[in-house]
Amino acid sequence: MADDFEIPKLPTYLEIPEINEGIMDGDGPFKSNEEFQVPLGFPGEKVDNWQEIAINKMGELKSKYRSVQVFLDACVKCGACTDKCHYFLGSSDPKNMPVARQDLFRSVYRRHFTFAGKYFPKLVGAKELDDDMLDDWYNYFHQCSQCRRCSVFCPYGIDTAEISMAAREVLDTVGVGQKYCNQILGKAITVGNNLGLPEPALRDTLLDLEEEIEEETGVAVKYPLDQKGSEILLITPSADFFAEPHIDGLIGYGKVFHQDGVSWTMSSYASEGANFGMFIGSYDVMRKAALRIRKAALDLEVSRIMVGECGHAWRVAYSFWNTLSGVGAGASDEFGAKLQAQLDSRYPQPQHIIEYTHDLIQRGKLTFDKSENDDRVVTFHDSCNVARATNMGGIPNGQFILPREVLKAVCNNYVDMERSTIMESTFCCGGGGGLLTDDLMEIRIKGAMPRMQALKEVEKSDAVDTLVAICAICKSQFSKVLPKFDFDPYMIVSAHQLVSEAIVMDKPETDDPEVEAETETAETTEATTETETSE
Amino acid sequence: MSVVSTFFAALFYISLAIFLVGMARKIYQYWVTPAPLKIPTAPTPLTQTGVVMRLAREVALFESLFKSNKWTWLFGWLFHIGLALVLIRHLRYFWPGDLPEVFLLIQPFKYAAFAMVIGLLGLVGRRIFVERIRYISAPSDYMMLVLLLIIGVSGAVMTFTSNHTDVIMVKAFASGLLTFNWADLPTEVHFLVHILMVFILMAIFPISKLLHVPGVFFSPTRNQVDDARKKRHISPWALKQEQDHEVKLDQTLGQDDNQDNSGSK
Repeated sequence: MADDFEIPKLPTYLEIPEINEGIMDGDGPFKSNEEFQVPLGFPGEKVDNWQEIAINKMGELKSKYRSVQVFLDACVKCGACTDKCHYFLGSSDPKNMPVARQDLFRSVYRRHFTFAGKYFPKLVGAKELDDDMLDDWYNYFHQCSQCRRCSVFCPYGIDTAEISMAAREVLDTVGVGQKYCNQILGKAITVGNNLGLPEPALRDTLLDLEEEIEEETGVAVKYPLDQKGSEILLITPSADFFAEPHIDGLIGYGKVFHQDGVSWTMSSYASEGANFGMFIGSYDVMRKAALRIRKAALDLEVSRIMVGECGHAWRVAYSFWNTLSGVGAGASDEFGAKLQAQLDSRYPQPQHIIEYTHDLIQRGKLTFDKSENDDRVVTFHDSCNVARATNMGGIPNGQFILPREVLKAVCNNYVDMERSTIMESTFCCGGGGGLLTDDLMEIRIKGAMPRMQALKEVEKSDAVDTLVAICAICKSQFSKVLPKFDFDPYMIVSAHQLVSEAIVMDKPETDDPEVEAETETAETTEATTETETSE
Repeated sequence: MSVVSTFFAALFYISLAIFLVGMARKIYQYWVTPAPLKIPTAPTPLTQTGVVMRLAREVALFESLFKSNKWTWLFGWLFHIGLALVLIRHLRYFWPGDLPEVFLLIQPFKYAAFAMVIGLLGLVGRRIFVERIRYISAPSDYMMLVLLLIIGVSGAVMTFTSNHTDVIMVKAFASGLLTFNWADLPTEVHFLVHILMVFILMAIFPISKLLHVPGVFFSPTRNQVDDARKKRHISPWALKQEQDHEVKLDQTLGQDDNQDNSGSK
């Protein structure tokens, strides 16, 4: 459907485009229907008195979220954010400028909730919420990946993600939901993961993985599922279970756990780190998804909860879990305290897999052969949710420092991209915030342009050929868009894939000939495994 | 008291009342509206002290704006710092009797008026000539700048040209407003325009984008400590929801949500 657009050229320097009104006008992503709306508590189709319901919902949201109320009032239209959104830079549609995107919502707020907007609408740009406006909301609030780059540069910290989440919640409330997000949420909340993988399928996948690794390395790395009494419960995005390049990250986690000798498990009931409840802005749905993890942790009697490589999962885990489900510390209430009494307070709860691996490296518990990664020149893409909404290691800017230190510990050639495109200023991959669907391919490709431009620079200057990300959405998005900009789609890898390649595993005590034999089998089976996984 | 003086005195009290009541209501609204989730934006402070420092840098230096755009920062900062200095200098008019000596230090800063006007002109220029900013500007955005320009220019005209006004009378009038010893005010047109615009500015403060002044202190992305893992942060409404609906962990989403919705609407 989205074939008739031009793929942006990569400029030598990132330029601010001239505005091009209406270039990204459209119907937006596929709409949800009754099947996916109703289980989440939303109407199945656009309700008759939608205007009234929408305005009431706006009133409710601004009374429940200080962010929404303050952000709607405080904007002075200074323009600081206008050139910060990757979707604007890539598409040149002015409604993709953060302030203009917010204004779709703000103009209705002004019309219905402010003195000036009620009596002098033209003067202050207040507008009615009519069908056209609702269409614009649906279209342009699904061209926002909620990456929060604009918020970094706003003098009042106005975060378009908050407005975009509020707008999507209003849309869902009147029955105009997005199919991609709501369909996935249905699976996550009933089956336990976004892919809808039931327990037997998951168990099979993990058994296959164990066999594969043992054949390859001669070491029996285990991927335990539902193992009660384990120390660590790993919550990882379900993409890690089956797809390249994600699964190579999962292989890496397992090897690190193996080397540490810690007991760990995954849960078939809560087999998803990603929480799309955040994307649709619904506190209740987000909480429901988070509660599955709480239940799994209580049932499996684990003392630590760890999160795999997933950007918004880590945001929800790090910033919201303590609030939503009590995974954390410092609760005085009964609900939070019940879980926190079970969790080991000597460790951060939850902990990121990068924090864990980093800590083991610091304590000298892992050995690496860095030369295994010598064929690569590596750069790191800071995923927006990790970079701008979380921390690692409890030190200032730890979320930038720890992943880089892990990478530098496992490979010799590491280069950063241009400073204004990484860390807190990182450019989104273009596929976050519930946009990782084929029906949004045009905006995904255009939005990837700024990141691709920075990548092209280091490719030219330092021959960078490997892009590392610690986010399932980034990895999937890059696999799709890299070739559009003349990059190798396989250059995107998990951080723990590089860990996995360089880690020196303790071999079980066997006679030398056997080990050799095992290694040989590994080599012969490698080809078959590769064809299998690429299917 | 002359008719003009009575009119302006009344206008002052009306706009002051609108300002105070309006701002109190908005600040109260911001105060009681919870921030249910931890959403500070990087680079985040890990301590309360860090938050105070961050807000201080934001308010005094416009740190984020500096990162964003040097021209907007330059003009915006010049305008605000100029306005702040000029405002402090105006205290002497309202202060009954002699001003405490510490305020005399500010007197040499009368040239701050130029910083203010230059800053405003720069901001008007950007709004007109930068396509992106023109696109996002409503008529009220231009009018706000024009209003401030009139205030700045009329003030500067009285200070730096031969159109001086009788500052003794101004002081008698202004301090009289606060002590209820009403006095006549000078009637030069520059002066009357100057204070009329100031009164309008006061009156529209709580119903316009000037709410960015209290807003910056209440912005959750700027005023929250990044300590979500260490302390359970929960809003009153979320806590109530948690307590009202006993947590049934095996509940299906649809059923529970329907109950939630019927209760909250």
